[in-house]
Amino acid sequence: MLRLTLSRLGTAVPSLVGVVIVTFLLTRVLPGDPATYFAGPVASKEAIAAIQHQLGLDQPLWVQFGRYVGDLAHGNLGTSLTTGQPVLTELANRLPASAELTLLSLLLAVAVAVPLGLAAALRQGSWVDHLCRVVTTAGVSLPVFFTGLLTVYVFYFVLGWAPAPLGRLDSFLSEPPRVTGFLLIDSLWAFDGATFRAALSQLVLPAVTLAVFALAPLARMTRAAMLAALASEFVRTARASGLTGRTVVLTYAFRNAMLPVLTTLGMVFSFLLGANVLVEKVFAWPGIGSYAVEALIASDFAPVQGFVLTMAVLYILLNLLIDLLYGLIDPRMKAAA
Amino acid sequence: MIPAARADGESVLPGPAVAAAPVERTRLFGHARYVLTQDPVTAASFTLFLLLLLAALIGPSVVPYEPLASDTAQALQPPNAAHWFGTDQLGRDILSRVVVAARLDMAIAVFSVALVFVLGGVAGVAAGFFGGWTDRIVGRLADTIMAFPLFVLALGIVAALGNSVTNIVLATAIVNFPLYARVARAEALVRRNAGYVQAARLTGNGELRVVLTTVLPNILPIMAVQMSLTMGYAILNAAGLSFVGLGVRPPTPEWGIMVAEGAATIMSGEWWVALFPGLALMLAVFCFNLLGDGLRDIVDPQRRT
Amino acid sequence: MDRRTFLATSTAALAAPALSAQRAEAQSPTRAETLLLVQEYGPNSMDMQGLGSSQPVNGVALNCYDRLVRFKTVPLPDGKGKTFTLNQLEPELAESWQEASDGMSVTFKLRDAKFHSGRPVTARDVKWSLDRAVSIGGFATTQMNAGSMEKPEQFVAVDDKTFRIDFIRKDKLLMPDLGVTIPFVFDSELALKNAGGDPWAKEWLKNNVAGSGGYKVESWKPGTETIYVRNEEWACGAKPAMRRIIARDIPSAATRRALLERGDADVSFGLPPKDFKDLAEAGKVQVVGVPVPNGIWYVALNTATGPFTDPRVRQAVAWAIPYEKMMQVALYGRGVPMWGAAGGPTVAWPQPFPYDTNLEKARALVQQVAPGGFSTSVLFDSGQSTIAEPMAVLLKESLAPLGINVELNKVPGANFRGELNKKTAPIVINRFAGWLDWPDYFFFWNYHGNNSVFNVASYQNKTMDKEIDAARFAPDQADYDTAVKSFVKLAEEDVPFIPVAQPLHDVAMQKSIGGYQFWPCREPDFRAFTKS
Repeated sequence: MLRLTLSRLGTAVPSLVGVVIVTFLLTRVLPGDPATYFAGPVASKEAIAAIQHQLGLDQPLWVQFGRYVGDLAHGNLGTSLTTGQPVLTELANRLPASAELTLLSLLLAVAVAVPLGLAAALRQGSWVDHLCRVVTTAGVSLPVFFTGLLTVYVFYFVLGWAPAPLGRLDSFLSEPPRVTGFLLIDSLWAFDGATFRAALSQLVLPAVTLAVFALAPLARMTRAAMLAALASEFVRTARASGLTGRTVVLTYAFRNAMLPVLTTLGMVFSFLLGANVLVEKVFAWPGIGSYAVEALIASDFAPVQGFVLTMAVLYILLNLLIDLLYGLIDPRMKAAA
Repeated sequence: MIPAARADGESVLPGPAVAAAPVERTRLFGHARYVLTQDPVTAASFTLFLLLLLAALIGPSVVPYEPLASDTAQALQPPNAAHWFGTDQLGRDILSRVVVAARLDMAIAVFSVALVFVLGGVAGVAAGFFGGWTDRIVGRLADTIMAFPLFVLALGIVAALGNSVTNIVLATAIVNFPLYARVARAEALVRRNAGYVQAARLTGNGELRVVLTTVLPNILPIMAVQMSLTMGYAILNAAGLSFVGLGVRPPTPEWGIMVAEGAATIMSGEWWVALFPGLALMLAVFCFNLLGDGLRDIVDPQRRT
Repeated sequence: MDRRTFLATSTAALAAPALSAQRAEAQSPTRAETLLLVQEYGPNSMDMQGLGSSQPVNGVALNCYDRLVRFKTVPLPDGKGKTFTLNQLEPELAESWQEASDGMSVTFKLRDAKFHSGRPVTARDVKWSLDRAVSIGGFATTQMNAGSMEKPEQFVAVDDKTFRIDFIRKDKLLMPDLGVTIPFVFDSELALKNAGGDPWAKEWLKNNVAGSGGYKVESWKPGTETIYVRNEEWACGAKPAMRRIIARDIPSAATRRALLERGDADVSFGLPPKDFKDLAEAGKVQVVGVPVPNGIWYVALNTATGPFTDPRVRQAVAWAIPYEKMMQVALYGRGVPMWGAAGGPTVAWPQPFPYDTNLEKARALVQQVAPGGFSTSVLFDSGQSTIAEPMAVLLKESLAPLGINVELNKVPGANFRGELNKKTAPIVINRFAGWLDWPDYFFFWNYHGNNSVFNVASYQNKTMDKEIDAARFAPDQADYDTAVKSFVKLAEEDVPFIPVAQPLHDVAMQKSIGGYQFWPCREPDFRAFTKS
């Protein structure tokens, strides 16, 4: 397992290097001068020059890159100009918000997509199958911000079922003491039921919006994997041996079908983590996605670079985790390794 | 959005990687007809696709109003007899704009896909065919792109280069490059030593010519499935960019930017400004996605999900 | 670890927590004593004088710090709140003041006030703060210079409670310049103690408040919320009614509107004009709109290069603009018209120009200069696009019949200022709002040949410069009036800027909220709010 880990990390290094270079170049190519923007409306040339010097923008490009890499080596991701805070601190503060939202929506998506895919596989070609396809595809066919706004309009504004989309927690409640940064976990840890319920109710709408997006690939994958498993030799043997339908489907076919679904899950998770920027904007969610987008529009380099790097590292770690899990769950992989 | 090539099990499930041999014409059409009659959903999506194509081609000539003509006295009218889909903040007829937008959106979809097929296809095939350094470079490039959160990468590209239709198409193509490169590479690896490729070589064609004339056209059917999904993604990407203010330039009618602009008026009760372009967008993407399924059934039923 | 153990342990359910009695941490003040304000984004610093501070930082300076003087408050014409008058000052930290007999200095007597730290406010703190304002550079220094406060030598701490400012020249703007938000008073001892060697303690003051104002900052979470709590010992005014203010960051305007309409937020601003119009008509919440002092939405035409160098073409555009349409479609009526004036120029500012929508005149003028028409483009900030974009579209439409083909160029905020600096855009739609509501102030920034970034039209005219300078330093009212009328007339004829409307600064509040106070910095004054 250690060898596997190390070899995986080894292949990831060139990607990371590529990401660092591309991000740096991209942010430097962004038009608009952040120095002019932040010097404010009435800035004199000296004020703009001062900020440029402060940001190191008056140096040649390769010097700036050298500085950047040097800072990275020291764990310094720079300071954001829009919020005035160090990027690393802000990313650390905001990552749990995004992660909690994404994990919950993934959970929701799995809870709906897997049974749906299962049912579709068992009744292939029937109306259930078609319904599954239509429903999941519809979910992925709308722009995610539109789905978000619609849910806010219908469930909050018109029906009043959902609480105000004010962010993670109602303004008049205080956050539980920070253990993981996940409000749900932290409030349980502190035995604070009221906060738990409040945090959960704020999570519902954005999580549903994101979940709708993740349904399609998960349902498809479950269906495909189940179909393949049901058509395989060992299931035929199980049936021939007289095992009940339920045992066959759940114990044998389903367990084996879960492997490719797990891979899809990982991919969907990393995709969602990057794509929830728009959901965060609609629901005022203080996550890293909205952080990065606001910074990008203001040509504020440091948060964008920090965000992309974080996501790249997360993506690599996630894939590593999936590979390891795969190895744990599937004995064949372990034997092969 | 989600690279469906992995989502439907093509590269994940164990199983024989059979290269689909080019099918004879008549058998293909007969098979296609069979698939369409068997699966009503696929048939519906094909019809929808033809309708969209029709709207894109002749739409601007048949719409009742000029899509850019504003009439502020009529601003924000709900759907009525004169304006079936109502009017927007500047009094423009939404029905006309939705129909005319089909052309731009279809263009964005088609050009994005064409560009990424050429770029990714050529790179992937070259990687699979020639191996060695080509393979390594293409692989690294694809990995680097995949490590980015894709929407943010598209956002960054458009922000850096300016928000024009060309750049939106380019950004979509770059973001989808790794997927096409991978699939193309896998296919090329399989076909590298196939009979007809050997034959082409023997008759004296250069390697590049062999790649372009024999391998590339043969992977087109396989990629067709992915391409229809990418078409849907291209339109959704443009919509997301518009929401952030980096989409097409106003007052061009495009579904994404119409939805983004209409999003602001949902709360004040003018639901029609965002709903109709949103529906059109959804139907188009929906249609592309299901089209992908249908194409897969026609081209290579073995791999259907 | 073998497979079975792994699967077994990983699927073990979380122990159901004993959900004991609610930890009802009543957030000290009751709901009736707390105000929930929702804004698009929060402050990026606690120091308004620092470089790169954003608009909401003005609110921190207003509420958490005091100044020597403030403008006298006057009720709004519709009675829904209060605004201010530039012509009269009231004591804040200064109890009284006296101009010297030679008219070249003014002496202030400070009241007994304490900083949040408990230390009394002294004249040394005032000197340090004003020295900082004129030395730190950026917006603060520029604003101080506008009132002829330029050098630290001008500020003298006579004794603990007496402070004097020496004038470089007589400038009628100096006293009002002390009432704007920027010359606020820091607790200099506290700042220097934490300065780490920096004479202006920039880093520390960026993250901390060291003031004497009506509110303290309880917590500041950039990107989420800022919470203010009342200073029980505030000496410069009546004790504020609201014990706690929560300012939440909600980027989506549609969400902010929904929150207001459902009563889940108390106050909001920065919504699109349409929302304010709807809210005002619906009547569930109250909407207060104050014309922005010295504020104008304008169309600027480049006088230095491009197709608009000939004043006749510019006049043609001024006659072609669909003013009423723009007011309705872009501003939804939330503005004061700046067109269609009859009679000559006055001394008021902003004042309407004599143009109106008259396509015949426009066409005649274009025919004289460019009968074949031409192509050009209009630049505007995507951050202002809610208003600027409809204006641009309407402009495009109205110029098309004249043969002028306009392409829209929407540019993100970071690039917009850079583009303005380049001074190459042929048409720009923009908004300017200076704090001090005098015409010479506005003209100094926008029309003077010193070609500041606000002189978007790159307008250069020696006569204009002469008149502006004459007005700024006019010895008496009559000379001032003459100078103003003449430069306004020049502006109307040459028309490098076409004013369209003076925007309203709109704020929406629940009906239970009272005490709205409008200030030039356009941030809400927490000290005045009441909740019934």
